[in-house]
Amino acid sequence: MNIPADLRYTKSHEWIRADADGTVTIGITDHAQELLGDLVFVELPEVGSEFAAEQEAAVVESVKAAADVYAPLAGTVIEVNQAAVDAPELINQDAYGVWLFRMRPVAASELDALLDAAAYERIVEAA
Amino acid sequence: MKKTVLNENHRRYGARMVDFGGWEMPLHYGSQIEEHHAVRRDAGMFDVSHMCAVDVVGADAGAFLRRLIANNIDRLRIPGKALYSAMLNPDGGVIDDLIVYYLDDHRYRVVINAATAEKDLAWMQSCLADWRLATGITPRREGHSALAMIAVQGPHARAKVWQVLPECRAACAALKPFFSTVVGDRFIASTGYTGEDGYEITLPAEQAEGLWNALATAGVRPCGLGARDTLRLEAGMNLYGQDMDETISPLDAGLAWTIDLLAERDFVGKAALLARPQQRQFLGLVLLDRGVLRAHQQVRSEHGDGKITSGTFSPTMQQSIALARLPLAVAIGDTVEVAIRDRLLAARVVNPCFVRHGKILV
Repeated sequence: MNIPADLRYTKSHEWIRADADGTVTIGITDHAQELLGDLVFVELPEVGSEFAAEQEAAVVESVKAAADVYAPLAGTVIEVNQAAVDAPELINQDAYGVWLFRMRPVAASELDALLDAAAYERIVEAA
Repeated sequence: MKKTVLNENHRRYGARMVDFGGWEMPLHYGSQIEEHHAVRRDAGMFDVSHMCAVDVVGADAGAFLRRLIANNIDRLRIPGKALYSAMLNPDGGVIDDLIVYYLDDHRYRVVINAATAEKDLAWMQSCLADWRLATGITPRREGHSALAMIAVQGPHARAKVWQVLPECRAACAALKPFFSTVVGDRFIASTGYTGEDGYEITLPAEQAEGLWNALATAGVRPCGLGARDTLRLEAGMNLYGQDMDETISPLDAGLAWTIDLLAERDFVGKAALLARPQQRQFLGLVLLDRGVLRAHQQVRSEHGDGKITSGTFSPTMQQSIALARLPLAVAIGDTVEVAIRDRLLAARVVNPCFVRHGKILV
């Protein structure tokens, strides 16, 4: 299973990378893209929009199903990845390379509450 | 969960398995979009052994089906000819859609859906008893005489089947669309659910794995239910349980073409259909904005609201399409709105046959 050790995770299958400038980058995990199958549509939030933790922020749709992507922590969207909107299938090929949006967290300490790779792997294996 | 005889084989080919009406079936073998394209451009195969072939045999077989089914089996005059139609309840709702193959005046084969098979068989048996007819009804899905079904579909499907089954070539090549033939212990029909040429091959269950593997070696791509759904939707073909069910009149589900209301013949549900004419029309939608149409989304038109019954992303058209029940006043070419999450997106109303033989028709 592809679960990079340097990322954080949620039980709803988002990955979170803590960037050096205090912002975070968010995408969906390899497990999530595999569950969804061929992705065909991505809808991202507007830059500047604010979300509470676990609030719906984006939508990814495969041929088969639509899935919400949740903000893993409270914060403001500072950038979105247009490449994911233009070619959703890239996420199937490289779920950790093709991010969805970046946020500036209200409180960086919220990051510590997210799952580490080992904890996320246990959740995936239990499912 | 029930398994077809090919279950283990699917796993060897890397299938992701899902529950489909109580049957564990392949959803895809890696990419349902690639599988879809294989059927439109080359050849793909589906395990459809979860569907149930039912042999209706006996002196009254014709009389039984003439009353049970909404289209007239008397249209079947040439042995091997197939007829798509529906079996209705007395209220005119659709118990199931099915294909009837005419073998001779005392022998028919009816193929019914997987999830509805037990309900269908119980209904058929109760009708048979009520009507006091002498006919045997024998499902061939399980037991010592179980059959398997493999659908091979695509522009190169026929040639690849002939390559693998050279002894069947002459009989198969002569088949017109919607016909069947028997070669040895194989029943081969020029029917399908994709809008492409091909065959549905019914054979003894123990031979299924050998045929599957030989077809794969000949370059026929294994395809799962995911591709089957996008292919049938592009072809504008109904899916039972989604586009129609026991609460829906076939006239409102785009099935009027295979309901025979003109002849004198009576059939179950006829009186109800005559008493309640068509209320809705069953048409296609092409989404003009970005997004994906899905079943149960509301459609808004200037003539009133409608509902999407099946929706998906069309791999051939690279945009989203749907089948929908709409008010009778809506016309092909109209633009309507579809409620998707918190937005209204524009869609164009089209004839519900989006793609046939690899060509986009709308």
